[in-house]
Parts: sequence; C-alpha cells; structure tokens
Amino acid sequence: MDTIFTRGPSLNNRLTLALVLSVLLIFVDHKLEGFKSTRVYLNSLMSPIQYLANLPGLILSESAQRLTSKEQLLAENQTMSNQLLLMSEKLQQFDVVVKENEQLRSLLQAPRRQESRKMVAELMAVDKNPYSQQVVINKGAIDGVYLSQPVIDDSGIVGQVMEVGSTNSRVLLVADVTHAIPVRSLRNDIRFIATGSGSLNELYVEHVPHSVDIQEGDLLISSGLGSIFPEGYPVARVTQVVRDESRPFARVIVTPTASLDRLRHLLLLWHEDDDDGGTSDEIDSDIEPEDNVVEELEDA
Amino acid sequence: MRKRNVIIWGSIIIALVLQIVPLPIQADVYRPDWVLVVLAYWSMALPNRVNVGVAFITGVAMDILVGTTLGIHSLGLSVSIYILAANYQRLRNYSVWQQAIIIGLLSSLYHLLTFWVQHLLTDIYFQVDYLWPVAASMVLWPWVFWLLRKTRRQFSIM
Repeated sequence: MDTIFTRGPSLNNRLTLALVLSVLLIFVDHKLEGFKSTRVYLNSLMSPIQYLANLPGLILSESAQRLTSKEQLLAENQTMSNQLLLMSEKLQQFDVVVKENEQLRSLLQAPRRQESRKMVAELMAVDKNPYSQQVVINKGAIDGVYLSQPVIDDSGIVGQVMEVGSTNSRVLLVADVTHAIPVRSLRNDIRFIATGSGSLNELYVEHVPHSVDIQEGDLLISSGLGSIFPEGYPVARVTQVVRDESRPFARVIVTPTASLDRLRHLLLLWHEDDDDGGTSDEIDSDIEPEDNVVEELEDA
Repeated sequence: MRKRNVIIWGSIIIALVLQIVPLPIQADVYRPDWVLVVLAYWSMALPNRVNVGVAFITGVAMDILVGTTLGIHSLGLSVSIYILAANYQRLRNYSVWQQAIIIGLLSSLYHLLTFWVQHLLTDIYFQVDYLWPVAASMVLWPWVFWLLRKTRRQFSIM
C-alpha cells in the first residue's frame, strides 16, 4: 500500500545516500583496510549462502561416487596401488636423503628443516568475479587457518589465504593480478619474482635482464624469501622467454605447476616456527643476509 | 506484509546463490546477472518496496560473497536500480523484448561501473569476455519476468 506516510526519503536522496555509503565503504575497506577484523563475522554471516551454492556440486559428485561401477573402482584401486608402490620406493630413498641433508646442515651449522603441520581442505566454490582469481575452501578460523597462510596442491603452490571466516576461508591464487611470489630457478638458484597475469595458466616473471640465464623448461621453486611461502615447493615452469633488445627487460612467461583450473583437494601448511616459538626464524634471519651477498656477487 | 518480505528476500537469496554456484569454466563466462535481473523485476513491479535501499544491501552481500572490496557491487547495483525505479512507469508499458534490451543496457552499465571502480583500485585490464553476462541477462529476462510475475500474482503481493 503506497500511502504518503510510508514513503520515506525520495528516490534521489536514497541514491545519494547509497552512493556516499558505497564510496565510504570502498575507501575504508581498500585504503584503510578497516574491515579486516569484521570480515570474519561478515563472511560467517554469508557462509550459509555459500554452503547452499556448493550443494548441487556436492550432490553431483556424491551421486557420481555412488554410481561408479565395480570395474571402475577396481581399475582406480589398481592405479592407486601402483602409484603407492612407486611413491614408497621414492620415499625409501627420500628418508636417506633427508638424514644426509640433516647431517650436512648440522655440519654447516645451518638450521635444520622441520616438518610443518598440514591439513587437507576441500574446494567449496570458485569465485565468479572475472577480475580476480580466488577460491573458497572449507576450513576456517575454527581449524586454525590464519591470514596469508600458504596453500598447495599435489603439484605445486596454489596461493595464500586472503580472508578467514569461521568455517571457510578465501584463497588468493598465484595467478591473480595482485599476487606476486618470490621464486628461484631450480637449475641455477637465480632469484626472481613471479607475478600473476589474471589468467589461470600464466604468470609473468618481471624485471629479468637480457643477460640472465633463464630458459624454457626451467622449474621455478619458492625461495622462502618474504617468509609467507615455505622454501622449496614448485611454483611454475618457464614456457616462453622473449629477449627483445629494444625493451629494457626480457619478457618471461611461466605456467603454474599447480593445475589452478581443476583444483579439488588442497593442502594448508603451517609455518615451521609455530611449534617452537620462532627460534628457527631468528637463526634464519641471521644467516640470510650473508647468503644474499654471496649470491649477488655470483650473479654479477 | 510478512509474506511479501519472505517472497522478495527469498527470491533475492536464490539469485545470490545462483550467482555464486560453481560452474564449469567454459560456462562460467556466460553466467547471467541473476541478482540484477531479480532486483530489476521487483523494482519495476513494486518500486515503492524495492528500490535503491534493497539494491544497496544486496550489493554489500554480494561483495562479501564474491570477495571484492566492500562497496563495489553495492554502488553498481544502486545506480542501475535507481535508473529503473525512476522510470518504472514508462518501462512497465514496454513489451518484454523491449524490456530485455533495457536490461541489457543496465547490465552493461553495471559491469562497466564495477570494472571502472576496480580498475581504479587495482590495475586490471578490460577483456570483451567480461560483457558476455550482458547477453545472458537479456536472454534470461523474459523467463525471470514470467516466473516472478506468476509468483507475485499467486501470492497476491502488492
């Protein structure tokens, strides 16, 4: 019923109010980052809708699981056990190598690497916003997920946690335009920074001089600098190097090793220094500057 | 009163769910603007009940769901719905196909607005792919119009 008493402010006033509020929200959220703590509650408030949206996919995969035939299961079992055999063969050698590495590190008086805590998370939803590459996972503050926690899958680094809700959280993928990750080449330890391009299967390595030794097929692994991502996980493989002398830097395009377009199960990593109060971190920071100097000398 | 609110907000929540339902990557580009289309229907049918305020609240909810900076979608939706609510008397008299064209224009305005704001905040670049939802929304409009009008008449919501 439209009576004169129920009308409230005019449409123009409403629009002005909405515009002012929107701009205020954008300013506070983007420039001042004023919603960092409230975002947890806001995300929790909205998580029922997310769970609802996840339902059709869940039902589909569940029913697909129930409908798989016995032959398919047997075949899958066969390939899995073959894989397990191969893996455990590798693991036997790995144990020896880890021991050896520990001994060598203790000889060098370098800090030992420690096993870090891990947790498997499942993908809940892929973001539909075309301007950013994010996914939502089904673990949140209740499970101990924290801001900028590294996330990997079975073949490489996927991204980092950018927002935490109470039961789910949002992961910024390495391919997002606002994301950059410090890496080094596995072949010759040269350090780079790989930034996202906005498309899922491309990253750019920026500020690479023409003289630097980087080739197609080189594997880039995380360098551990920046202390967000742990060291030594594969990030990307070089697919294209364009050395156009008329440009100041070489154009290097790399492909992420993690299959970002078909993520399903993800692994959350906890920082190593969570258990022992950050002592290893201090030792790291003592040693790193010297390392850097040596590397830079070698580069030059 | 209660029934009306339940129906309106129920349809908006369903639209929000459809907006974020995971789709295969090939189909994802063509996802229509469910939220905009549903809000457009209500603001054209009941301009005194659903207008800029509801659009603003829905926009904030969408920002949280989609993970953009708060305020981006609320700005885009408020402006688009304002244009509709200000001209509802004229738009109601158009045929559904003419309305679909108007929805297409509004949807492209909405996409360009959200793109511009995000372009100011982060350095993203425009791809023509971003405008596929406009075509999808135009195709969607007659069906949503028909469905929601049926629901509205069924429950005699004014």
